[in-house]
Amino acid sequence: MAIDESLLKREEAAVYALRSLYRRFGYTQFKMSKFEEYDLYVRNKDFLVSDGIITFTDTNGRLKALKPDVTLSIINNSKDSDGVQKLYYNENVYRISGTTHTYKEIMQTGLECIGHIGLFEVCEVLSLAVKSLETVASDCALELSHVGLIEAAFDELKLSKELRKAVTAFINAKNTDDLISLCEQNGVEPEKLTVFTKNYPCPDDAFNAVKAVYTSGAVLDALNEFETIFNVLSELSSAVKLIVDFSCIGTMSYYSGVVFKGYIRDIPDAVLSGGQYDKLMKKLHRTAGAVGFAVYLDELGRYDRSNAEFDIDTVLLYGDDISAAIKTSEMLSSGGSSVMVAKEVPKDLRYRQLLKITEKGLETVNGND
Amino acid sequence: MEMINVALPKGRLGEKVYDMFEKSGFPCPSIKEPNRKLIFENEAAGVRYFWVKPSDVAIYVERGAADIGVAGKDILLEYEPDVYELLDLNLGKCRMAVAAKKDFRDDPNSTLRVATKFTNIASRYYAEKCRDIDIIKLNGSIEIAPILGLSDVIVDIVETGKTLLENDLEPKETILPISARLIANKSSYKFKNELIERVRLGLKEQVKTDD
Repeated sequence: MAIDESLLKREEAAVYALRSLYRRFGYTQFKMSKFEEYDLYVRNKDFLVSDGIITFTDTNGRLKALKPDVTLSIINNSKDSDGVQKLYYNENVYRISGTTHTYKEIMQTGLECIGHIGLFEVCEVLSLAVKSLETVASDCALELSHVGLIEAAFDELKLSKELRKAVTAFINAKNTDDLISLCEQNGVEPEKLTVFTKNYPCPDDAFNAVKAVYTSGAVLDALNEFETIFNVLSELSSAVKLIVDFSCIGTMSYYSGVVFKGYIRDIPDAVLSGGQYDKLMKKLHRTAGAVGFAVYLDELGRYDRSNAEFDIDTVLLYGDDISAAIKTSEMLSSGGSSVMVAKEVPKDLRYRQLLKITEKGLETVNGND
Repeated sequence: MEMINVALPKGRLGEKVYDMFEKSGFPCPSIKEPNRKLIFENEAAGVRYFWVKPSDVAIYVERGAADIGVAGKDILLEYEPDVYELLDLNLGKCRMAVAAKKDFRDDPNSTLRVATKFTNIASRYYAEKCRDIDIIKLNGSIEIAPILGLSDVIVDIVETGKTLLENDLEPKETILPISARLIANKSSYKFKNELIERVRLGLKEQVKTDD
């Protein structure tokens, strides 16, 4: 069966291209059920992007949920072993959209690498994130941060749990002014935290800025790891713009190391999001580590407007001769063009040409070329 | 040439903000012409301005119709849009406060009825205090709610306190200070970083000189 690729929507074409990419790098597909036990999500509510979960009672009385997330299911189905499991998925998830506050079906593709995670696995996943962006668009950017680094800084500054929450929100929003006020109210040196909200057009400036305010300990260890990962990634010959932006840390509740988000020009939200989430594994009583990312393909479709000049190539009007209508439409469409057979011209349809079957044969009524 | 799209809040605050943008090197003289147009463009300066309802600025920016915009901290706290908050412009300063009739005494034994436009801010504030409340969402003339017995208190923006005073109300607690903020779409910030940073630095200089 031949597939006409021109018929694929942008997000559909992206799914095929990404699946092929992940397979090429040794990832195998993980297929899961649409439903999961509700309990799995309730126990790990902090991890979910949105609070709302669509639930229903199964015929055996068990409470099930339409999966709002894929990663939890993958971890649930993986085993703690010595090796590394490399999996990719292409699934629909159901969650509340941040902007519309209603449930949405979101097409998500991504991969997870679970097991004994070392620097190689982290760098490989990141390089696949870069390649994923390249596959779906030409003008993209990947921003990176390191949760371990920020947490080490919080530990060094001995920030309380409440203060960490407020500081994290200000860092996420690059809200330097309110962060300075908060530092002053709590006796924290502002420079120690504003270093994470600043804009660094040059990655080296970002690393040097942290080194200028933190001189030892766990912060520098995490920074060294981050710098190593970033340098490996920079050596890939890729058109994707790599940005060190310490602010992209999310809630930090399940990530432990490097975190990243991918953007495409003219799409307002991140289309890719991921990181190393050993903390989540630990919460789920697992000894293995994990790193992965998801690509939100609905974002691609949402902003992809068709530029086609015509909806259909030919509208064919017929009279009483049904046999002639069938034969003519077959003849016209055999060359690959689209033909709509109708009694009268459909309203609001943009067509290339209008043909009519008359007693004399096939007549051109008008053409829009 | 790359253009930067700016959503400005309609009204006096927006006009002041535009003057700051102009001084930062992003002029668009046509914006001052007396007409009802809402979109103004200066291709040479690489800028396009839109006048939008102040409470909608964050939506335009979050959804990428505008790269940057100026929105009140009240709107940002109420709707929590996923945007960068790059600069406190130190303009449009006021505070979010709890106000009530002068003789009001809070009885912790009963549910507090709170009338407000800002239901999220009010809910969060009282949740932190573990106070049981009944939120009454209103869209305007909030001040009359306690007078007519619709609510015990209101949560609203207080600038000078004059409106409250004229309606026999007074501020009882300050929830937080409010001012106008420069916000940016997260994706635009990646691709138009140099332009957005030029705007931010230009505006920041003026915030300093105004102090």
